[in-house]
Amino acid sequence: MQNLYRALSVAALFGALMAPMGLATADEAQVIKEGKAIAFNKTKGNCIACHMMDGGDMPGNIGPPLIAMKARFPDLAKLREQISDARGMNPNTIMPPFGTHGILTEAELDKLVVYIQSL
Amino acid sequence: MKNNMMTVVLASAFSMLAVASTVVFAGPAEDQASFQKYFKDRFKETEFGDFQNGVYSIHEDSRQQWEDIEEFPPYELAIERGEEMWDEAFKNGKTYADCLGKEVSKIRARYPHYDEKNKTVVTLEGDINKCRVDNDEKKLGWKKGAIADLSAYIAFEGRDEPVNVKRPESEGELEWYNKGKQFFYAKRGQLNMACADCHVYYSGRRVRSETLSPALGHTTHWPVYRSKWGSMGTLHRRYAGCNNNIRAKAFDAQSDEYKALEYFQTFMSNGLAFNGPGARK
Ligand code: HEC
Ligand code: HEC
Repeated sequence: MQNLYRALSVAALFGALMAPMGLATADEAQVIKEGKAIAFNKTKGNCIACHMMDGGDMPGNIGPPLIAMKARFPDLAKLREQISDARGMNPNTIMPPFGTHGILTEAELDKLVVYIQSL
Repeated sequence: MKNNMMTVVLASAFSMLAVASTVVFAGPAEDQASFQKYFKDRFKETEFGDFQNGVYSIHEDSRQQWEDIEEFPPYELAIERGEEMWDEAFKNGKTYADCLGKEVSKIRARYPHYDEKNKTVVTLEGDINKCRVDNDEKKLGWKKGAIADLSAYIAFEGRDEPVNVKRPESEGELEWYNKGKQFFYAKRGQLNMACADCHVYYSGRRVRSETLSPALGHTTHWPVYRSKWGSMGTLHRRYAGCNNNIRAKAFDAQSDEYKALEYFQTFMSNGLAFNGPGARK
């Protein structure tokens, strides 16, 4: 039962793009590692340009620090929405619409979100 | 009750009218006043006249470094080369002074301005190249090199002249003004950002380690020697850089888009003084 629940929630994370085989074996640590690389990549997330984040030097201070994310964004889908298109919460936001404008692929967003929620 | 309702309805009708009329009548003069007030309120410790110094007007830490650089300014050679250009005659014997006027110190502050006859905004660089073409010389490249040298000399000689762009009133002036204003506030590019996002709403904050300059004073000190470029560059070169950074298509230097933007930004900076050429990181 535990396992089934886990498989289902992971499935929700990765969406239909991932092959079902990958789901059961998906290693969360690996996903977080890849998500982190996406977050820090200058041409991908580059979140540190605006947000203080654990493990990043000289962060910008345009957005709020990304800390205690699980407490503030318990709902992974909401967090994904915020990153995919922050205009949902603030139509005039300066934060780039990473999903809607194709800055990140769906698969990249999936990994990034897991990493961000782990902060 | 009915009376009360009526008052509420009337009151809201009036307030809607009031809103509508501010929208209708908010022209360049009102824009300029609220723009300048915004920055005065946001950076209370900055003297108004200091805004022409860009990010150094609001960031103590880098100011000292910049003042040290200004002791041996990296744009000095450019000024010298520009002066030589100014003194040297074209093949036909004419000089830049025949186009731009003999009094060098008065040239810089005449730009940008709206030209009713040709229905366009005229910039200093535009008139430099026009002068060349009118005298059968080849145009210079718009962004760096010789045009920046001559522009640096003219800016240097014209230091301390007030920024005083004529208030846009005619149909043509307003059209160009509004085009520049719209450009400044519009989101663009894959990163979906407006000039105003970085240089108004988040001015003073940091993108990574770079503090964002206030837009007030953006156009006073060009051309600039920028360490990152390792050379002089014109204002429109910088505009293109900021467009590229947000992954937007950059426009050509001296395109209508950038001329309109320069016109809008310089009008917003009326009351400051020209202080080019400049030095930046
Ligand atoms: C150009 C600036 C900028 C960049 C780049 C940026 N953000 Fe943001 N972000 C903001 C701002 C500003 C806010 C505050 C809310 C708003 O104005 O939309 C915000 C809000 C957030 C929030 C909500 C935080 C809260 O406490 O409510 C999250 C989560 C977030 N950003 C994640 C990210 C991630 C992940 C990235 C990189 C993939 C990123 N941001 C890149 C500017 C930015
Ligand atoms: C992502 C944020 C961002 C956006 C959007 C942006 N800029 Fe910039 N801009 C910068 C940074 C960072 C600098 C270098 C630090 C400084 O002087 O502000 C800069 C510098 C400048 C400068 C030079 C300032 C000086 O004193 O020499 C000008 C002029 C300028 N930007 C104009 C614009 C215009 C016009 C737009 C819109 C077309 C724009 N910027 C959009 C970040 C941005």
